[in-house]
Amino acid sequence: MFVSYKWLQEYVDLSGVTPVELAEKITKSGIEVEGVEVLNEGIKGVVVGHVLEREQHPNADKLNKCLVDTGTGEPVQIICGAANVDKGQKVAVATVGAVLPGNFKIKRAKLRGEESNGMICSLQELGIESKLIAKEYSEGIYVFPNDVEVGQDAIEQLNRDDQVLELGLTPNRSDCLSMLGVAYEVAAILGREVKLPEPQVETSSEKASDYIDVQVEAKEDNPLYVAKVVKNVIVAPSPVWLQARLMSAGIRPHNNVVDITNYILLEYGQPLHAFDYDRLGSKQILVRKACDGEVIVTLDDAKRELTSDHLLITNGTEPIALAGVMGGANSEVQPDTKNVLIESAYFKGATVRKASKDHGLRSEASARFEKGVDPNRVRAAAERAVQLLAQYAGGEVLEGSVEADALQVEPAVVSVTLEKINRVLGTELSMKEVEDIFARLQFETNTDNDTITVTVPTRRGDITIEEDLIEEVGRLFGYDNLASTLPIGSSTPGHLTQYQNKRRLVRRYLEGAGLFQAVTYSLTNEAKAAQYALEERKPVQLAMPMSEDRSLLRLSIVPQLLEVLKYNSARQIDSLAVYETGAVFLSNGEEELPEEREHLAGAVTGLWHSHPWQGEKKPVDFYAVKGILEGLFDKLGLSDKAEFRQAQKDGMHPGRTAEVLLSGESVGFVGQIHPTVEKELDLKETYAFELSLKAILEEEVSPLQYEAIPRFPSITRDIALVVDKGTAAGALEGIIKEAGGKLLKDVHVFDLYEGERMEPGKKSIAFSLKYFDPERTLTDEDVTKAHDNVLDAVKEKAGAVLRG
Amino acid sequence: MQERLKELQTEALEKISTAADLKELNDIRVSYLGKKGPITEVLKGMGKLSAEERPKMGALANEVRDSIAAGIEEKQKHLEEAAVQEKLAAEKIDVTLPGRPVKTGNHHPLTRIIEEIEDLFIGMGYTVAEGPEVEKDYYNFEALNLPKGHPARDMQDSFYITEEILLRTHTSPVQARTMEKHEGKGPVKIICPGKVYRRDNDDATHSHQFMQIEGLVVDENIRMTDLKGTLEVFAKKMFGEDREIRLRPSFFPFTEPSVEMDISCKICGGKGCSVCKGTGWIEILGAGMVHPNVLEMAGFDSKKYTGFAFGMGPERIAMLKYGVDDIRHFYTNDVRFLKQFSIHE
Repeated sequence: MFVSYKWLQEYVDLSGVTPVELAEKITKSGIEVEGVEVLNEGIKGVVVGHVLEREQHPNADKLNKCLVDTGTGEPVQIICGAANVDKGQKVAVATVGAVLPGNFKIKRAKLRGEESNGMICSLQELGIESKLIAKEYSEGIYVFPNDVEVGQDAIEQLNRDDQVLELGLTPNRSDCLSMLGVAYEVAAILGREVKLPEPQVETSSEKASDYIDVQVEAKEDNPLYVAKVVKNVIVAPSPVWLQARLMSAGIRPHNNVVDITNYILLEYGQPLHAFDYDRLGSKQILVRKACDGEVIVTLDDAKRELTSDHLLITNGTEPIALAGVMGGANSEVQPDTKNVLIESAYFKGATVRKASKDHGLRSEASARFEKGVDPNRVRAAAERAVQLLAQYAGGEVLEGSVEADALQVEPAVVSVTLEKINRVLGTELSMKEVEDIFARLQFETNTDNDTITVTVPTRRGDITIEEDLIEEVGRLFGYDNLASTLPIGSSTPGHLTQYQNKRRLVRRYLEGAGLFQAVTYSLTNEAKAAQYALEERKPVQLAMPMSEDRSLLRLSIVPQLLEVLKYNSARQIDSLAVYETGAVFLSNGEEELPEEREHLAGAVTGLWHSHPWQGEKKPVDFYAVKGILEGLFDKLGLSDKAEFRQAQKDGMHPGRTAEVLLSGESVGFVGQIHPTVEKELDLKETYAFELSLKAILEEEVSPLQYEAIPRFPSITRDIALVVDKGTAAGALEGIIKEAGGKLLKDVHVFDLYEGERMEPGKKSIAFSLKYFDPERTLTDEDVTKAHDNVLDAVKEKAGAVLRG
Repeated sequence: MQERLKELQTEALEKISTAADLKELNDIRVSYLGKKGPITEVLKGMGKLSAEERPKMGALANEVRDSIAAGIEEKQKHLEEAAVQEKLAAEKIDVTLPGRPVKTGNHHPLTRIIEEIEDLFIGMGYTVAEGPEVEKDYYNFEALNLPKGHPARDMQDSFYITEEILLRTHTSPVQARTMEKHEGKGPVKIICPGKVYRRDNDDATHSHQFMQIEGLVVDENIRMTDLKGTLEVFAKKMFGEDREIRLRPSFFPFTEPSVEMDISCKICGGKGCSVCKGTGWIEILGAGMVHPNVLEMAGFDSKKYTGFAFGMGPERIAMLKYGVDDIRHFYTNDVRFLKQFSIHE
């Protein structure tokens, strides 16, 4: 809502409060003022001039040579390029030395050999947006009505010596979609009076009811319809001040009849519609729901097909307006219109919203109906409209109005105790102070001991419960005046849950290991949604996606991370490690919420280690990434439970992928991205993993317990075992651990040989075995016994022989 | 004999002093102090001496021997030290060459902001509550005083999956769920971070997916002044002690009264600039006293309990705090962007 400071002064005394101060006060107590526009900013030296002579420029077809009286006593010659300039006009002249918006200085000039002492201005040149300029002046210079005095400040004559406050209204404050609403608000803030317009109209002896009959079928959608008739209007431009007010509010002037309806819309917040009475085609207004498939041609000449959701104003048979949204072309006010029917009605918000949405027609009018107009202003607005029509369009107002009224208006009555007000706000207000605030708002109150009962005017439909009253008190008392305290009462220990703590640990660990945390989108496309998923499910699909690319919820994170690698690699960053923790979405069927499982995924590409001047350069490989995960399991106390098993997975390298298990349950995978996928994404060798973080963090971990530092030495035996190439080191390790008994403290691979000195189909794996007894120093015999067990077991279970 | 000994001593000491390396020194040791050396040779003639002279001569011989041995030892020390020095000199490296890099990553700027806020509120006795990103219409809207047909919940603004299920448009449903779990008993003190989704075209200031972090306190006697005090602590911690805050009345369906919080603009110090659009203030978050309908729907007696809630966008905070100019940076994960957030001020 744009509020002209000068216009507002008509309803509230603003003396002593500058527009900027007013903006600040309004912002602090309820409505954010998003800006203050100074309409005449950067304009100086523009006066009203009288075009005494106009002739064709001798050397230019499109220029006019004008002699203009600017009130200085000496007419000056001005060259003007506007097609509509003519002798006898009163125009806005930027005299020599004047400044126009954009710091455009007017100087004496010669145009094609002719002297020009200034410039005759269009409204655009005076800083008015083209879309707000009445059609007759949009292509040329502006022409004042003839009664304007020559030499006057043209900006003042245009009513542009004004400032406009732009209010950013929250949905509850639709009462301020009108100048009167803003006036009430400002009056409450400043503690001053509101002066309402008091329309007084002389009516003719003829009765409106002899001209029109009003019937409403759809009473729920249109509980109140008021029609008034004005005869013998003269359609002409509105007075300059009225046009200026419309423009300041962002509405383009048309003609006096249309302008007056728009003026009332701005003043009262009540949208009106003016019909050409003689074009109605009947003497009847019938408001009803449209029939499915019925058609109306609206005044933008668009043919609109309707449904039974839409409310129509008809002449009994034919539609003449789409209620609250737009009039029909057939009954539009035209230059030759003589008799006018003014409609002022209360249409239900939801009905108007539906129609405006279905037809893509959002207007100042529909916006007000949608938010709910003040039912008590419907009649007053109609009254004010006909008064202005009589005054500015020469109309003859018929007596009375014709109404269909099924509206029941009960003002809200809300009570609240002083104790509650002070308890919620944390204030120590007295009843007197609270009463004062409501008096400033012009709310009627009744106080009974500690309870104040407020009768809320219908213009403030947003106030229905005691908290709404508390808010009114709070905001007018001023939030700046509130103290700052912290909650008192029972203390609560603040903490992260064990899961949240561990998640942070996982993140810090991975970051320490060289991975950057990425955050990617949950919505993805069909190709990626289920790619690399840990469980086969149908992805959850949006009902109305904005694009194919964001139509499904992800089942895995790896595809998103590959996208991140691709993005960076296209920008010359081809070595990168990233990870993400986040939800994937597993459908539980249409009617249920999907299961959201937190996953941990990572992707590493290019060089894992690079230290060029010392000749160190190591691309990432499977074991680098596996090592990260092993370290992670170690950190979480899960290394004994974690296991990696050779596996196959779509999109992964068939020989370089492992399933990751925790206590025997699969929790994810790690491996190389399939080379064809790498090629598609233009990536170097890339490794990735995706794990159920939920499973990992919820896995039970034995409580931390101190273990004595060994006091006795351990004995280490190394063995090299020759086995079939296909034998997994992990399997051998398992056999060794089992056979080594409790003395075997640690086993690890220290060498792998698959070279030419081996028999074909064989390889040698060397293990280092550490034996240890916490109670005593082991003897050679003890160890030999255990070690022989190990050798027997690997021979028997894996056909392993000691390498000679 | 005496002279001969003296002569040997002088000769040996001179050779020691000119010895160039340890080998030469060792040769000197062997030749003078060895069993076949000249001193032994000289002593063989002791038998010819008188009984009086013999001990004197013996003492002198020992003296000469000791002095040569001491000379050798000292020289040896010296030579060894020189050898070490030489070795070290040869080992000199260029310390200005780059070190072997330690691979480190870092957390995402949004995580950084969220964890900072979480930790601040944990310190004030809050716990961190989380909830589903795919929500029931009931929790996302109805339980928050946004009944069906409410204009603020237009189908166009949300990603629906079915009529009753949608991607949450804010983290407020976590508040509704948490309150419900408390079964009408306070205190509730939570902070809820998470991803939310809205039907916006991605551009420099809009993202169809973004983060939110909300706070909620419900207890007996929670006052609006408590909200103001809490937000002040937050703003000063997050943006600097010198920042001022102001509360402006606003509107949200789930709070009444509702406010928006602005902080004084750091760039212009409140005088007005392009960042604060000339107002001197920058909008940071929305807040308010929990609407009684919301309390009641979650099973709290609104006569007895009051509460406050606030919510903000980590992207916006990161953008203001670090001067990031495009919200899309947070989701493209350009490592040149991510890397900048490894520094801890």
